[in-house]
Amino acid sequence: MAECNELLNIKGEICPFTFVRSKLALEKMKKGEVLKVIVDYEPAIRNVPRSLEEQGHKVLSINKINDTDYEIIVEKDGKK
Amino acid sequence: MEFSSEQIKRYARHIILPEVGGEGQERLLSSKVLLIGAGGLGAPCGYYLGAAGIGTLGIVDFDTVDLSNLQRQIWHGTNDVGRYKVDSAKDSIERINPDVRVVTYKEKICSENIKELISGYDVVIDATDNFPTRYLINDACHFIKKPLVYGSIFRFDGQATVFLPEGDGPCYRCLFPSPPPPGLVPSCQEAGVLGVLPGVIGAIQANEAIKIILGVGRTLNGRLLIYDALDMKFTEMKLRKDKTCPLCGENPSVLDLIDYEQFCEARQ
Repeated sequence: MAECNELLNIKGEICPFTFVRSKLALEKMKKGEVLKVIVDYEPAIRNVPRSLEEQGHKVLSINKINDTDYEIIVEKDGKK
Repeated sequence: MEFSSEQIKRYARHIILPEVGGEGQERLLSSKVLLIGAGGLGAPCGYYLGAAGIGTLGIVDFDTVDLSNLQRQIWHGTNDVGRYKVDSAKDSIERINPDVRVVTYKEKICSENIKELISGYDVVIDATDNFPTRYLINDACHFIKKPLVYGSIFRFDGQATVFLPEGDGPCYRCLFPSPPPPGLVPSCQEAGVLGVLPGVIGAIQANEAIKIILGVGRTLNGRLLIYDALDMKFTEMKLRKDKTCPLCGENPSVLDLIDYEQFCEARQ
């Protein structure tokens, strides 16, 4: 798996702010860099990747990391 | 800049848009827009600009709120009758969005003050109701090169367009080289106006100002949008720069600002 350049912990955040915060974090990164987003809001693991893909990013993986948390690994502009 | 948690929530629906994003929202927050006229067009326009997070919103109007304004000037309330329109407008915007710095000018625009008024702003919005001011705004924006968002209303009909200082687009004088003689055109007070009409046109003006700031989409530059509220019809007229325009043409005759005589006789 690609190494992550940035980590964004947004546990406690719900949609659509999970996506908004992920997008803001990606805006500050360079094309090809990888962001790891940690969420504990279960619907976010469907919503956030879909929105990120729509806006040209490449979702590399979505993993359940413990009882409550998930990680979404995304490459900036990976689809452009 | 770093957004606060509150700003992330407030502007989330903007930030989500690919055409805006965090970057575009930052641009809005650092932009300066001058709204000339705090009446029917100014109210919806200023409301939306404020809600959008325009960083600095200047509002020019020397008038006070009259009961007869409230049928269309939706940011003034019954309790504001008698207050300066700019004060009432400032309260309304600050109630919606504390991020906006509202600068008020209780001045009548004339050739002496207009250049100084508009010089510190990125975009100028013409939300006025009289010809002398319209020509002053157009000419001043041409001389000091400011984008101008134009709107006007009459009875059931509205118009909007954008004049840009760069490119080969027209100016207001390309359409109407000089003002009509005083008394020929009835003012709003004499002609009447449907209250919703400025709501539609003012919102379009806010939309165009935001697009200019963001640099997205296609503005009304070179197109006059004409709205008929009775027929519920939008039409569009192509506008071209006029080579013989007295202001921006090849041999201009308007070389400085002109104070035309006040048309709105009811006001004198």
